[in-house]
Amino acid sequence: MKFINYLQSITGIGIFPMISLLMFFTFFALVTFYVITADKKYIEHAKNVPFEN
Amino acid sequence: MEIEKFQYDNKIVKWFAYATIIWGLVGMLGGLLIALQLVFPVLNFDTPYTTFGRVRPIHTNAVIFAFVGNGIFMGVYYSLQRLVKARMFSDFLSKIHFWGWQLIIVLAALTLALGKTTGKEYAELEWPIDILITLVWVVFGWNMFGTILRRRERHLYVAIWFYIATFVTVAMLHIVNSIEIPVTFFKSYSYYAGVQDALVQWWYGHNAVAFFLTTPYLGLMYYFVPKAANRPVYSYRLSIIHFWALIFLYIWAGPHHLLYTAVPDWAQSLGVVFSVMLIAPSWGGMINGLLTLRGAWDKVREDVVLKFLVVAVTAYGMSTFEGPMLSLKSVNAVAHFTDWIIAHVHVGALGWNGFLTFGILYYLIPKMFQTELYSKKLANMHFWIGTLGILLYAVPLYWAGFMQSSMWKDFTEEGQLQWQFLDTVTRMMPFYAARAVGGTLYLIGAIIMTYNLFKTVAIGNFIANEDAEAMALTKSYTAHSKDHWHRWIERKPIQFLVVSLVVVAIGGIIEFVPTFLVKSNIPTIASVKPYTPLELEGRDIYVREGCYTCHSQMIRPFRSEVARYGEYSKAGEFIYDHPFQWGSKRTGPDLARIGGKYPDSWHYNHFIEPTSMSPGSIMPTYTWLLDDDLDLSSLKAKIKAMQTLGVPYPDGFAEMAEESLKKQSLEIQANLKKDGIETSSEKEVIAMIAYLQRLGKDIKTVSVNNTK
Repeated sequence: MKFINYLQSITGIGIFPMISLLMFFTFFALVTFYVITADKKYIEHAKNVPFEN
Repeated sequence: MEIEKFQYDNKIVKWFAYATIIWGLVGMLGGLLIALQLVFPVLNFDTPYTTFGRVRPIHTNAVIFAFVGNGIFMGVYYSLQRLVKARMFSDFLSKIHFWGWQLIIVLAALTLALGKTTGKEYAELEWPIDILITLVWVVFGWNMFGTILRRRERHLYVAIWFYIATFVTVAMLHIVNSIEIPVTFFKSYSYYAGVQDALVQWWYGHNAVAFFLTTPYLGLMYYFVPKAANRPVYSYRLSIIHFWALIFLYIWAGPHHLLYTAVPDWAQSLGVVFSVMLIAPSWGGMINGLLTLRGAWDKVREDVVLKFLVVAVTAYGMSTFEGPMLSLKSVNAVAHFTDWIIAHVHVGALGWNGFLTFGILYYLIPKMFQTELYSKKLANMHFWIGTLGILLYAVPLYWAGFMQSSMWKDFTEEGQLQWQFLDTVTRMMPFYAARAVGGTLYLIGAIIMTYNLFKTVAIGNFIANEDAEAMALTKSYTAHSKDHWHRWIERKPIQFLVVSLVVVAIGGIIEFVPTFLVKSNIPTIASVKPYTPLELEGRDIYVREGCYTCHSQMIRPFRSEVARYGEYSKAGEFIYDHPFQWGSKRTGPDLARIGGKYPDSWHYNHFIEPTSMSPGSIMPTYTWLLDDDLDLSSLKAKIKAMQTLGVPYPDGFAEMAEESLKKQSLEIQANLKKDGIETSSEKEVIAMIAYLQRLGKDIKTVSVNNTK
């Protein structure tokens, strides 16, 4: 059974998933980079915000 | 620096707490009723208002928006004030928010019982209520941002990020999915049709799970688990990755609800890939929550609050493991449309949302009432009964769903389907019964909690305004030596909101842009014509009665489905379906090609007493369709609305619609008469039969022509 009636072929649709994946990885890499390099003192402070009252 | 004195508003937290308890009980009771209706159809009571198709949306809406909704606001209003060291921005806005939300809930229950529905799951409410929701949501956001802007702690703790993302994403989802053309005050048609409507709806539906049932509760987890365990979250760095990765990925996952349907293949694949990736941030979050208790596991044995929280986070881990698995096409082919999915969502609803809410209630109420919990013993009892309830609920349904699916797909050696659909229904009965027992236990647990908290409130002494003090923020901020871009948004809430919106909008835009191009790319099927006026009225009754809660209209391209229901469904068949009615569950058989399968009289008798036509059927009776006259007062407006939406009725057709409708009604009346059924041609059942007899027929004429 062929999926011929699916809309597989909008011209150039393949670019969409590629863009999405690239965007996610760039974004993910940025966040990870930030997290790894973040200031320890600052992280400690942030962590303890719920306990300041 | 001067220390400022101020007070936290506990009163609003108390109100939301009471509301979540009360609506929780109501929602669970509704769930129990529909669970029992599947075992004892007589419990549909033969009235429209109490029939499964109408109570099921009441149950889902009550649990999601009333129980969990009030739970969110309870937790947010408590934790936000303390995390930013400021009272809520405006007591007045808090009040409007509270009463506005309760009004929405009451209106929702009334209108859904009356059959006023858009027919889109978890977005069933009609347009005036949609507008009200928007307004109240804005009030919530206004109040929240007002509070954040007046904060005395510069850093926005991770829980607040989850609250902000919830606010902005739910607003976006609600608005985009609710675009509809009003016909009357309580009737509208979805702006989108067929495939587009399905994509928008499940983008919404999935993210209602993500941004209403998950992100706000993760925010609560990041506040209440550390508080209850009295130690900071395991890894704050992990929580940052958890947050961004989760909101980025979640928004893409919607199409996994539409695998093997007529939705474009690339969109399905995109949904699968992102759903599978979702397991990483989800489990990151779960691990972060559980490891917060490292070295404090002994406390879990003693502290009932922690017990509830731990099981909640574990249930979150289980459902977020299961979710990506269910998104794999091969697993989905088995699980979709079965009770497996019902089990899956209830692990989330009962385990994650329910238990987290209970844990927070057991933590907050004694705290705000300056007393100990009335009875730890009762709370422990609640914990065990509730846990047992979840197990008894889920396990039989997992089993049943798997069995159901295998039976649908079984072939004999001769290549015939082995089972009638009805066989698969009657086999479900013991499992449905066991599920109802599980649900009952869970409800009993909640009742015990209500009693326990009531007693706690009675002995306690409520502090409506809790004193606090903190230093005001300095106007100028001196950056730390190593400052990062992320730190910049962490202390700027508005920028944070904008960045979150961009992150969640990306997925939506990329999935939708091609979808909206679909209109011009749909392989139009020349023989697919708009519904006749009578069929359109019949379709509206189909939507009103919530038939989609048990019947799908989507034949997937599997041998077993094609053999059972006929040619698989094509995208081009749904271009006039505002809203689409593909459904998500097959308690009854698929109806996509029901047209012409049975004579009109079969349907007539089936509506009076389903078991007379299908012995063992658990479908409710629909006798009022036979008694009530079809309401034609908005027929013209309906045709005109359809024309606005691009349905190609000829010019001036609205004026001729009634005539056409009467003509077709008389034909059906005559058909029924041939089989010895005397009825007026003006009854609702006539329209309903017209619609059902039309379903899937357009394309049949093509195949007939082709073979000639």
